[in-house]
Amino acid sequence: MRTLIILAAVFAALGLVPFFVVSDVWLNIAIMVLYSALLGQAWNMLGGYGGQFSFGHAAFFGTGAYTVAVLQVQYGINPWIGLFAGGLAAVVVAAIIGYSTFRYGLKGSYFALVTLAFAEVLRILSNSVPITGAGVGLLIPLQVAPSNLQFADKGSYYWLVWAMALCAFAAACWIGNSRFGAQLMAVRDNEDAARALGVRAYSVKLRAIMLSGFFSGLGGVFYAQYFLYLDPHIAYGASVSIESLLVPIIGGIGTLFGPLLGAVVLHAISEVSRDLIGDVPGISLVLYGALLVVMVLFLPRGLAGLLIRRKAAPQNRKKQEAEHA
Amino acid sequence: MPEAMLEVSNICKTFGGVRASRNVSLSVPDGKITSLIGPNGAGKTTLFAQITGFLKPDSGSIRFLGEDITGASPEEIAERGMIRTFQVVKPFAGQTVRDNIAVGAHLRIRSRRGALAKAEEVAREVGLGNRLDQDASSLTVAGRKRLEVARALATEPKLILFDEVLAGLNPSEIRDVIPVIRAVKDRGITILLIEHVMQAVMSLSEYTWVLNQGGLIAEGVPKDVVSDPHVIEAYLGKGMAERIAAREKADV
Ligand SMILES: Nc1ncnc2c1ncn2[C@@H]1O[C@H](COP(=O)(O)OP(=O)(O)O)[C@@H](O)[C@H]1O
Ligand SMILES: [Mg+2]
Repeated sequence: MRTLIILAAVFAALGLVPFFVVSDVWLNIAIMVLYSALLGQAWNMLGGYGGQFSFGHAAFFGTGAYTVAVLQVQYGINPWIGLFAGGLAAVVVAAIIGYSTFRYGLKGSYFALVTLAFAEVLRILSNSVPITGAGVGLLIPLQVAPSNLQFADKGSYYWLVWAMALCAFAAACWIGNSRFGAQLMAVRDNEDAARALGVRAYSVKLRAIMLSGFFSGLGGVFYAQYFLYLDPHIAYGASVSIESLLVPIIGGIGTLFGPLLGAVVLHAISEVSRDLIGDVPGISLVLYGALLVVMVLFLPRGLAGLLIRRKAAPQNRKKQEAEHA
Repeated sequence: MPEAMLEVSNICKTFGGVRASRNVSLSVPDGKITSLIGPNGAGKTTLFAQITGFLKPDSGSIRFLGEDITGASPEEIAERGMIRTFQVVKPFAGQTVRDNIAVGAHLRIRSRRGALAKAEEVAREVGLGNRLDQDASSLTVAGRKRLEVARALATEPKLILFDEVLAGLNPSEIRDVIPVIRAVKDRGITILLIEHVMQAVMSLSEYTWVLNQGGLIAEGVPKDVVSDPHVIEAYLGKGMAERIAAREKADV
């Protein structure tokens, strides 16, 4: 209950950002932070709460993005419909990946590799079939109108991604306080013990990857509508997969606010490094890699882990004193 | 004669060359504490794993509450009311005692609030009432054993299979945990214990089976079973039964 109130307060405050930030540059940064938080929270549902580390979330992201783009460009279907179609298409891909990994008990690095392979297969496919524009990519024609899910002002885009992130964070909050979430975390912490207590591990993991895929797909839809351009590398390349997992790893995996914290920190670091080094192509991937190594080595529980530990320490001390007394 | 709660018939299982179960049959009666003993490596845990769906027997059948459950998944078997615990305890580390027990409670209770309340109630019963908010991984070995019992209890089972709940505990801890197990039985839950420590089983169970090298070598009331020469040899080695008998004669 308390987390729900905090979550509501945080998102209420975030919803006011466009009223105070008028500079397009800063608003763009705020948009990208929420967009990263959305992707990070999507990954966190499966990787953080479920302990199933995916290296291929681009498979969901790219499917969402291509669905809304292809429907518009090739079939003239309204992107508002494409928004839901994109989310659902990502769910279908997630179900396929979940079935072909969890059904056969793949875990750990095997699971990670299979997700990576799926994303790669989709990248190669989208690079060769005409419907996605192959290697040339897809340009969504500029037709600014809210009914067309294109906006003239950055504020509206902000609220679009804000609403998507709100849904993702609400879903994560539900995971943290529901039977489904309890079972998912039990499977993460010890699958055999969970199954012995009647937890249907396969079904729980399958539902988690579908939920995760849905929100990653929404992230893809947002990307397509915001940048109006897609190619196989953007949609299904490694960058998105890495960003998706890096954000919660920085912030704290398996925590509700970790992905938001991680997104803020990641963008702060990117902005500073861009100022210092300039726009060198590929530099962001180098930066991501370095960050990942640092986090895994020194802060495996993320920044949230740091905060929680500091908060918990005095309580423990008090408890110990009470026990000694 | 009514069918026993759990009916294991002619179970066989081999791992490569190792025959872990050789034609094992036993029937666990309703409402009692019974036990399965045998030296290390006898195949006790492997038998539990087959009964609870973690391993598939090569042949033989398992019936629980009058229905065939051979080949059913662990989840399904748990839903039917048979729960196992693990010899090597498996707490959900990083989660609180309350959350650990609530996972068990969720088998029957959908609502989060209900499951947490049930967890609290069960924790009190097994003596973890003052540890509810503690991280499960910070519990002592005895505490973790209690947690295994609590998680199993929270699922509202009809039969619990305890795999060496007393192993690794010192005598005073064993004295603490035994009443917890008795209390489980007093709630009307049937219990099948695995132990390799015979003394503990003697005081707790009404009937016992002895497993050695995958096969049953004796069964009966514990006090008869432990004086059975086959059992003594299984535990202490060949020739020991005769030597003990000789010494007893000399003492008289
Ligand atoms: N998964 C397995 N693969 C191969 N051998 C196994 C496996 N599990 C158990 N065994 C073997 O089966 C025998 C019985 O083991 P176990 O059931 O653990 O004995 P107990 O619980 O009575 O000590 C042992 O010889 C053990 O090495
Ligand atoms: Mg064993």
